[in-house]
Amino acid sequence: MTLALPTRREEAYRYADLASLAQVWPVVPEPIQVAAGASDQLAIVLDGSTPIARHLIITLAPGATYDLRILNAVDAFGRIAIDVRLGENADFTLGAAQLGASGQTLEIVTEVTHAEPSATSRQIVRSVLGQGATGTYLGKVAVARGADGTDSGQSVRAMLLDRTATANAKPELEIYADDVKCAHGCAIGELDAQGLFYLESRGIPPAQAKRLMLQAFIAEAFAGGVDEERLSGLALARLEAML
Amino acid sequence: MLKIDNLSATVADKPILKGLSLTVNPGEIHAIMGPNGAGKSTLAYVLGGRPGYQVTGGEVTLEGQDLLALAPHERAAAGLFLGFQYPVEIPGVSFVQFLREAANAQRKHRGQPPLSGGEFLKLAREKAALLRMDMEMLKRPVNMGFSGGEKKRAEMVQMGILDPSFAVLDETDSGLDIDALRIVGEGINAIMRKPDKAVLLITHYQRLLDYVRPDFVHVLADGRIVRTGGAELALELEEHGYEAVA
Repeated sequence: MTLALPTRREEAYRYADLASLAQVWPVVPEPIQVAAGASDQLAIVLDGSTPIARHLIITLAPGATYDLRILNAVDAFGRIAIDVRLGENADFTLGAAQLGASGQTLEIVTEVTHAEPSATSRQIVRSVLGQGATGTYLGKVAVARGADGTDSGQSVRAMLLDRTATANAKPELEIYADDVKCAHGCAIGELDAQGLFYLESRGIPPAQAKRLMLQAFIAEAFAGGVDEERLSGLALARLEAML
Repeated sequence: MLKIDNLSATVADKPILKGLSLTVNPGEIHAIMGPNGAGKSTLAYVLGGRPGYQVTGGEVTLEGQDLLALAPHERAAAGLFLGFQYPVEIPGVSFVQFLREAANAQRKHRGQPPLSGGEFLKLAREKAALLRMDMEMLKRPVNMGFSGGEKKRAEMVQMGILDPSFAVLDETDSGLDIDALRIVGEGINAIMRKPDKAVLLITHYQRLLDYVRPDFVHVLADGRIVRTGGAELALELEEHGYEAVA
């Protein structure tokens, strides 16, 4: 079976770099299953200078826990799509950072389905984008009929380092149950000029001051998760190279 | 040490400083007082190099160096410390990390070897104790959740750690209760009252000057220094107001 290359009409590919996607198409889905009551975790680093597109399909049986951390720092087109299906009382965490210095198109597309009652999910996505870079996060949370007691949260923030950088963020909720908590917050901004001057006035050179603030900005994506030190270290090296 | 000659500056194209001249010698403490809108904070920011504060004329030298030609971080490395009227909160960056990076960036700029983690913590502990600040507070993000008084004490801890030769303290006394005022005043004396250092204290009130006795008091009005005297001038201002004195 040949899958046709998606077009921009498809919401999940609306901001994708289709020419680069064509180089790696078709994307073979990678299934991940966590058994009832079991816990698992995974850290993914997307890097290098050739296009990457991945698609994870995660199924969490009742009571299962999954902690996923992603550093998307491909120096080209870097995309990861994640579909998650949560059974009763399952718990899913996603912490992700996208770092694009110049010209990259980086995207994370998630569809988190609370299929059964009382499952919890948290998603934290931080993007730092320089000259001409595009960072996209499309995050859908679907709560099925009867999935009462769902507790879901999404925190999406992007920092634009240059006027030519673009951040796209689209939280999407589709709720068919009554007793549901779904929180989402989204902010796109620039580094605080007052904060930068404060750091510089103490003797810290401008690039180092920016790096300090950006390091703090993305820290939440990896805090308390699998491979926190390694991911933070790689992100720091990437930020230093960007500034 | 600091020589300001006929300095003019604008903020958003509005002239604020209009030919200000001032000389501060090593070992001296100068107070600058003046009504709201006189240009006191603008002077502090111009000396610190804050973006948006445009120098339109005049010269400033610090120990012979052209201060205005330097970027803000280079001014710090040259020995300048700016105490902020409103210290900035920086989420996620701890005081300890920030100050160690700041101290070592300055040392690097001056060709000195960096302080090790242990050396830095010892220094930070000593200066925090001087300002009676709990070391635990310095492990928190910069100024986050600090009260007004704690922020000002933290500014002085920073000054102690960075050990500048010249400090411009912009309304360091505002927001302090009586006890904190004394602690901050004693801190300024302990850190800066030395033959090779000097301070420019910007303040509205006489009360800080009870603890940090100035050698000179200047009245700044409409962008210029309109009167200079000794410590007694501050008392006179307190009694009669700026309008009568300036």
